[in-house]
Amino acid sequence: MSADDELIREFLLESWEGLNQLDRDFVELERNPGDRDRLGAIFRCIHTIKGTAGFLALRRLESVAHAGESLLSRLRNGDFLLDAEMTSALLAMVDAIRSMLERLESSGGEGEETYEPLIATLAALTAGQRPQAASAVEPSVAAAAPPPPAAHAPTPTPTPAPSVAAPAAAPEPTPVAVEHAPEPDVVEVQDHATAADAPSPSPEPRETPPPVASAPTPTPEAPAMSTAPAPQPEAAPARKSDAPEPTTGKAAPPAGGGSVSDTAIRVDVGLLDRVMNLVGELVLARNQILQYGATFKDAGFANASQRLNLLTTELQEGVMKTRMQPIGNVWNKFPRVVRDLAHACSKKVELSLDGTETELDRTIIEAIKDPLTHAVRNAVDHGIERPEARVAAGKPEAGRLILRAFHEGGQVNIEITDDGGGIDATKVRNRAVERGLISADRASRMSDREAVHLIFAPGFSTAEKVTNVSGRGVGMDVVKTNIEKIGGTVDIHTQPGHGTTLKIKIPLTLAIIPALIVTSAGNRFAIPQVSLLELVRLEGEVAARSLETLQGSTVYRLRGNLLPLVFLDRALELKATTGSADTVNIVVLQADDRQFGLVVDGINDTEEIVVKPLGKELKGISAFAGATIMGDGRVALILDVLGIAQRANVVSAARERSMVEKATSAQSRAEDREALLLFRLGPDGRMGLPLSMVARLEEIPRDSVEFAAGREVVQYRGAILPLLDVRRALSVASNASHDAPLQVIVYSEHGRSFGFVVDQILDTVEESLSIKQRSNREGVLYSAVVGGKVTDILDVHGVIRRIDPSFFSREAA
Amino acid sequence: MAPQTRQLCTFSLGELLFGVAVTHVQEVIRYQEMTSVPLAPALIRGLINLRGQIVTALDMRARLGLPAREGELPMNVVLRTTDGVVSLLVDEIGDVVQADESAFERVPETTDGILREIVSGVYKLDRRLLLLLDVERVMQNSQANSKGEAA
Repeated sequence: MSADDELIREFLLESWEGLNQLDRDFVELERNPGDRDRLGAIFRCIHTIKGTAGFLALRRLESVAHAGESLLSRLRNGDFLLDAEMTSALLAMVDAIRSMLERLESSGGEGEETYEPLIATLAALTAGQRPQAASAVEPSVAAAAPPPPAAHAPTPTPTPAPSVAAPAAAPEPTPVAVEHAPEPDVVEVQDHATAADAPSPSPEPRETPPPVASAPTPTPEAPAMSTAPAPQPEAAPARKSDAPEPTTGKAAPPAGGGSVSDTAIRVDVGLLDRVMNLVGELVLARNQILQYGATFKDAGFANASQRLNLLTTELQEGVMKTRMQPIGNVWNKFPRVVRDLAHACSKKVELSLDGTETELDRTIIEAIKDPLTHAVRNAVDHGIERPEARVAAGKPEAGRLILRAFHEGGQVNIEITDDGGGIDATKVRNRAVERGLISADRASRMSDREAVHLIFAPGFSTAEKVTNVSGRGVGMDVVKTNIEKIGGTVDIHTQPGHGTTLKIKIPLTLAIIPALIVTSAGNRFAIPQVSLLELVRLEGEVAARSLETLQGSTVYRLRGNLLPLVFLDRALELKATTGSADTVNIVVLQADDRQFGLVVDGINDTEEIVVKPLGKELKGISAFAGATIMGDGRVALILDVLGIAQRANVVSAARERSMVEKATSAQSRAEDREALLLFRLGPDGRMGLPLSMVARLEEIPRDSVEFAAGREVVQYRGAILPLLDVRRALSVASNASHDAPLQVIVYSEHGRSFGFVVDQILDTVEESLSIKQRSNREGVLYSAVVGGKVTDILDVHGVIRRIDPSFFSREAA
Repeated sequence: MAPQTRQLCTFSLGELLFGVAVTHVQEVIRYQEMTSVPLAPALIRGLINLRGQIVTALDMRARLGLPAREGELPMNVVLRTTDGVVSLLVDEIGDVVQADESAFERVPETTDGILREIVSGVYKLDRRLLLLLDVERVMQNSQANSKGEAA
């Protein structure tokens, strides 16, 4: 039921409006029973409630409304003329609907009450079973009858003899009102509040039986009158209850105790957007004032600006909240989606939603609808196995799919977890190679984690038979792109055999974001904090020493990993103002699945900035995501981290992406250009090997070399790394001094590694190898002209095979 | 028949006098500090904070291929276009002129290429010619340029 919250709220709002009108209509109608238009209006209202209740699977509500509708239908057709008896029965129906709606609002369910007596009465009236002597018999019977129904809510026989039915009809209205009270578990607070706050206005819950018992005595109209007032007292205490009694608030989930129609209003979204924009402007003005205020010392002004600061922040939060919607709004369609899809795939899936109340800006809610649906469909389609397979794997027959949402660090995290088969990295690799997304070399070099991320590659998914891959497939690139578009990130964790978790992080709002302000060549830029990992500052000698250059591209060793560096001034073609780099500021950023360091001149503060779009004439520049106005009133550009990374070619995924695009038109073009690592062997031997085969470059002290099984090995990252001296393999004399550390190229495949010992690492180049010549020399694949010089390309597999023939046997197996 | 007139806001660039329909002009303001946009075509001089709105400033001298401005700071003619608000950086602001439609003529064939791209016609005023600027075309071309740059 909770999944339909939004629908239910709307239903409640509508129904309350309708019901309030109904009370008036009935009273009027009773005075003027021939009023066809009014009858029609009542009929339509009840009909709508019945229809919506049916749609929302509120069966009891539906059946009550249905019984009333049948009677109204006959009245409308002119079969009967409305009389007091019918009016009371119909009003009782309105009350029944009202109390069910109240229960629905406070507890989310329509309650257990079935209102069988009421339905029976309405049915009897519809069937035309009306007592001839109703007015005579009723008072006496009614006076006697009411207490029992009120006490144990009996079920009168559906079609009793007319004379009995009529008396029964009169008291029925009362049990309805009474039943409302005996069910304290569901509507407890509301009822107590009602009873406590408003005992005086009317015969509410517990006090009902006596008044009714006495009321019918004078005339048959009396019961009608006694039930008619009931609505007003009910509505009034509900309103009252949230003011004087604070306890009501926490017990009634929607809108703090009051009826929805009392506490909620409909607001035009456009208006909210305008208010949000204004608050954005206010935030900027506040920033300006704070900055200005800091320049002169005036306690009064400082106080005022401080207060402005706090109020603005509060206002900003408040306005943001008005635009917030629970994520349940998106999720509420998933139970159905999952059920249908599971059915179609003959699977059993139990969906549980956790954190449906987590709120997000409505623009973001819109933006994540499709990606989330994709992801959920994928989890059911490809994640969860068929019941047979699950049982065979020792899991319960029904798969579990868990959607979790929660706030963390100013972001919203959404996790989609299934306990399915997980993703087989090897299959993903094969599939990616098959589809030409990556080269086989690259695939084999990838870690399982990296390989699993290939499912996000465009083109991986478009295959018709993605189900071949025992993971997810359809549209995962769409998921990733759409989430990234709104500044979010997607990550996937999988455990073969145990399931997969898709982790999505998205910002709370798009309009105002925290950003790091940096300077480069005299310009200020804002970097969205979402992409920021850490800041590194290198000073003096350290700065000069720790930056290493590989053919024009600079890298920095960050905790042992090579971090490609991008100089912001160069990337943006700025005129550098500082020539000598005494200090180096590196902003470590995450772009796609890669990290890179952005070298800037200065790192300032973090600030809340208001994102403003760039004019159409600047949209083409991918390096910028937008602009903002800084505290001093000047404009600063917001960097698009991914765009910068792509410009500087540090994002491999971007390369892969463009490769895929090219691959469709000219498959070979990407193949032609090859990235090579060049190294020196002997005094002037220049050799290369594909960069894709290089896992790492290491310097290893000579004295750490040990021997195992007659081979040179070193202990390396908690494992034994066999060394392979390329000089010896190719019979080249080494001229390296004997105490210099070994230059080692680490190569990994299938979880095993080799260290190639060379004389010197020269460079990396990316070049199209147009001139190739097969080589007869052992250990050399071919010779090519690289960077204007003839270079031998090392036959990595051949060399390894010679030393360790078993190395590739696993691959064949 | 009463002569039809058109109100034009005029400004000068070098020797040339331009006009744009006053209905296009949001305001005319003095030189504003601006933030240059790296990687953007030369036409785009920078971004201006116009009361909280970020407006792109287009250097009309660069657009016309005139030599760069020296000394005097340019003025901003802020225009509303279908693609949003832009500012044209010009040398000097002139008067608002009531131009007579009967004095309007298409651009002579012999006019320089760049001018023909962005000028939709000429008003023959008493002593000089007033070139009617086609705002949308100035914009279109600036987009084409920036796309070319980004590619």
